[in-house]
Amino acid sequence: MLAWTIYLSFAGALVLAILPKSKPSLARWLALAVAVGGLAVAVVGFGFRIRQSAWLGLPYLTWPQNEIGRVTIVDLRWVPSMGIHFLLAADGISRVLVLLTGLAAVAGVLFSWNIELRTNEFFAFFLVLIGGVYGVFLSFDLFLLFVFYEVAIVPKYFLIAIWGSTRREYAAMKLAIYSFAGSAMVLIGLLAAYATAGSHSTGLVELAHAGLPVSFQMWCFPLVFTGFAILAGMWPFHTWAPTGHVAAPTAASMLLAGVVMKLGAYGCLRVGIALFPRGLDPWGFSFAGIGSWRDVFAVLAVVGIVYGALVALAQTDFKFVIGYSSVSHMGFVLLGLVTLNQIGVTGAVMQMFSHGILAGLLFAIVGRIVYDRTHTRQLAELETMHLSKRLPFAAVAFAIAGAASMGMPGFSGFVAELQVLVGAWIAKPWWTATAGVGIVVSVAYTWRAMQKAFFSDALPSAHVLEHEHEYAFAAITWPEITGVALLAGVSLVVGLYPRILLDAIEPAVKTLLAGGGQ
Amino acid sequence: MNYADLFRVTLPESVLELAVLLVLVVDLGFLRKAALKVRVAVAALLGVAGCGAATWAVLLQGGVLQGRGGLSFQDSHELLLTTGGFTAVAQAGILVLTALTLLLLIDEDFTRHVGEFVAVVLMAAAGGLLIAGAQDLLVIFVGLELLSLGLYILTAFAKSSGKSAEAAMKYYLFGGMSAAFLLFGFSYLYGITGSTNLHQILLALNGRNAFHAAPLLYVAIVMIAAGLGFKVAAVPFHLWAPDTYEGAPAPAAAFIASVSKVASFALLIAITTAAMHVLDGPIFVMFGSTEWELHFLPEPYAGFGGPWSLILTVLSAASMVLGNLAALAQTSVRRLLAYSAIAHAGYILLGLAFFSYGPRSAGAVLYYVLTYGLTTIGAFGVVDVVQRATGSDRMDAFLGLHKRNPMLAAVLLVLFLSLAGIPPLVGFWAKFNLFAAVLGVSAGPVPFALVALAVAFSAVSLYYYLQVLKRAYVMPAIDESRIKAHPVTLAVLVGIAAAVVVLGCFPALLQGWIESFCPVI
Repeated sequence: MLAWTIYLSFAGALVLAILPKSKPSLARWLALAVAVGGLAVAVVGFGFRIRQSAWLGLPYLTWPQNEIGRVTIVDLRWVPSMGIHFLLAADGISRVLVLLTGLAAVAGVLFSWNIELRTNEFFAFFLVLIGGVYGVFLSFDLFLLFVFYEVAIVPKYFLIAIWGSTRREYAAMKLAIYSFAGSAMVLIGLLAAYATAGSHSTGLVELAHAGLPVSFQMWCFPLVFTGFAILAGMWPFHTWAPTGHVAAPTAASMLLAGVVMKLGAYGCLRVGIALFPRGLDPWGFSFAGIGSWRDVFAVLAVVGIVYGALVALAQTDFKFVIGYSSVSHMGFVLLGLVTLNQIGVTGAVMQMFSHGILAGLLFAIVGRIVYDRTHTRQLAELETMHLSKRLPFAAVAFAIAGAASMGMPGFSGFVAELQVLVGAWIAKPWWTATAGVGIVVSVAYTWRAMQKAFFSDALPSAHVLEHEHEYAFAAITWPEITGVALLAGVSLVVGLYPRILLDAIEPAVKTLLAGGGQ
Repeated sequence: MNYADLFRVTLPESVLELAVLLVLVVDLGFLRKAALKVRVAVAALLGVAGCGAATWAVLLQGGVLQGRGGLSFQDSHELLLTTGGFTAVAQAGILVLTALTLLLLIDEDFTRHVGEFVAVVLMAAAGGLLIAGAQDLLVIFVGLELLSLGLYILTAFAKSSGKSAEAAMKYYLFGGMSAAFLLFGFSYLYGITGSTNLHQILLALNGRNAFHAAPLLYVAIVMIAAGLGFKVAAVPFHLWAPDTYEGAPAPAAAFIASVSKVASFALLIAITTAAMHVLDGPIFVMFGSTEWELHFLPEPYAGFGGPWSLILTVLSAASMVLGNLAALAQTSVRRLLAYSAIAHAGYILLGLAFFSYGPRSAGAVLYYVLTYGLTTIGAFGVVDVVQRATGSDRMDAFLGLHKRNPMLAAVLLVLFLSLAGIPPLVGFWAKFNLFAAVLGVSAGPVPFALVALAVAFSAVSLYYYLQVLKRAYVMPAIDESRIKAHPVTLAVLVGIAAAVVVLGCFPALLQGWIESFCPVI
């Protein structure tokens, strides 16, 4: 069932590529239809069930206990001589992330409604990217996972380089080089694991059971983990992220922050931690309190949280604020992963979902709703524009998204970051203590950006004041309202009733941490 | 071998030579007054038909020999040529790629002597077929010269172009020199062992006498590596490649980049397989080598296998590094393809340096070189169409290609991403297959470090391929006039791109086909 998300996206991309170029609106509607179709499949495949609750007989959504395990969707022998299978399967983690991808795809199409330049090609690249992302989340063959991972990386280059803004060619090339450096590290690890395991299979489960030697895991784990973490924006390999996000067109930065960075984090979990669990063991000696790869990556994650937040505080470009905040929030994901305990890893997966939704929303507001009207992202210039009065919708939406993003209870970010912090406390209290600084700073940079961009009283120049009425901004369009409502609504629902996802994530994390079973 | 055997074994070559005569007779005899377009079409189609017939002959032989259980060891002592098995794969590949090159000729007008051009292409292809199956030093040399002389002529074929003449001159001088080195190395081998048969030589080299002749043997190996390294454009014998690729007429350049590569690597596979055959085969028992003798020889340096794989390793690492780094600095797309060819030769040599006797390594190398040949023919086809429309093969000639000819741009995208090794295109599978085979032979630190180097440098290679794609897709066009491609050319290019995608999505297709030829061991 879920496999259709992949097929649908690639088929849509193919049709868009050969569609006549004279009808951009047809391309938009087709892309929207494909994205909505994918989301529908993701929702149905997620396996919600509606139950009657004992209390007042109200209906509620639940996760059926008998379907919590890994379910194989497709298993074909792809390259028999090398033991490579076309193996698609889904466990709770996959389902949550597939759902996220479906939401991000729909929102991305909605916020790209005004793309006029080479519309067909834009949506074709967009859908290839989406298809690749779906594929990564559903692959349970390491090889297949890598193939989809690379398929998702290539369109990003073109999306940014062709439709981007500020220094787009530089940013696109930088992103491509970082991504491919990362995937080269992953490929080396993959080849090494394949050769070392000698099991003639590249299935994730088979490799996890292959009993790779500890000494091998010790050097292969950091290689693969770093390779994936580059795409997750791990400090100090994060520098592609802010420039890439800023240069990308709105939909691409939504996808980049929303799902592509999650590919990296997902890879860290599904491949790095699950295949090479012994790689996280202590080295047997410690240096300045760091005694294992786990400590190393935890330190990098914490530094990323604090550093990203502090740098976001100093930005003058609205989009860079969001870009660096992504680095900071992804730090929570990585920190959650290396806690290696149930609550921390669950929190990391929740944070992937939550940040995917909220970063998409923030980029949509900054890139599409504000920038496409004001044609500036400089906070100093936005200060003079009275946006809270002239674009009240944007101001309210940003207030909601900002609050959710800084961890306001009631939204998804709170649930996720709280779990990560609890998990980190269990592992090592000082991780939580330091990461907490990041949360405080996140409040500061969000408020600062919100105040400067929307609620400033600074006097506009006489010239602007004179023309403010003549040059009214274009009205908010229906795709924008729908998109904001969709993303904010999901964040709220998950924040108020996190069980809806946790019921899926927790058993999957439990199996994964128990070792081998994936 | 008696003459009946010899004729049966050389059936594909004979078919090609008949096709050569037919093309010459038809073109020079009947079509002297006909329009150039007609003559090109007729000559190319006759050539393609010849390749088709020869392919049929190759596959027929493959079947015959397979029925007899493949190449038996006793036969190999007096063997001149083999057929069937992996030789058949390489020969079929050579013929298919030759046919594709000829199809690209249909739109060309760089020469009025089309009959001769097609004839020389077919003769060079016959040389390629010979060396793909050669088991004897003299046959190897004759085949190589037949191939090389054809290539020098093809490079010089655009008589009105100074660049073509310059390229041919450089190619010829380097080629003549390297042939001399090769012959010199062969003569030492003969002097040491007293035989020209590959298997006899390698057997003798593992015997005790050869141990005392080690310095001579090393000289011979270096000389042979120089001669063959030139053919595959491995660093440091690569200097001819950029100039030749840049100056030669496009079909000739495509032929050099694909067919000549396939043939030369098939030869390297034969030599390396023979070396491994000696090490892994039943040889020591047959020649009564005692345990004592085996211990007496310092294993890594005894015989041919050790030094040979050492020198291939060095060539491989140098080619990967230098080819990729030099490609970064190119502005001419043809020179870029030349340096990328050097880099790809480096990857393939890695597969030969860590080689196991049996179908795994040979199959992986063949898979790589065949798919690389296919991709590179397509790449030259696209470059040629653009070059004839804009008068330049600079990167800037590709500006706005997606507007000027969307189909051509899409083909370029697929082919270049495949060369860079992006899944799910065939170039990625070829790389994965090859590197997995290398690590399958030995997972020690040296092969592993080299594989890591190769993977890292294929990430580097993406940068220069993207430089071209960036101009085709991203940067604004200066001139938006449409670029027209001949329908046949376009059909061939689209077909190649489709094959790259399909073979990439279903890698087992080609792999299964190659493995179906593997001799029973």
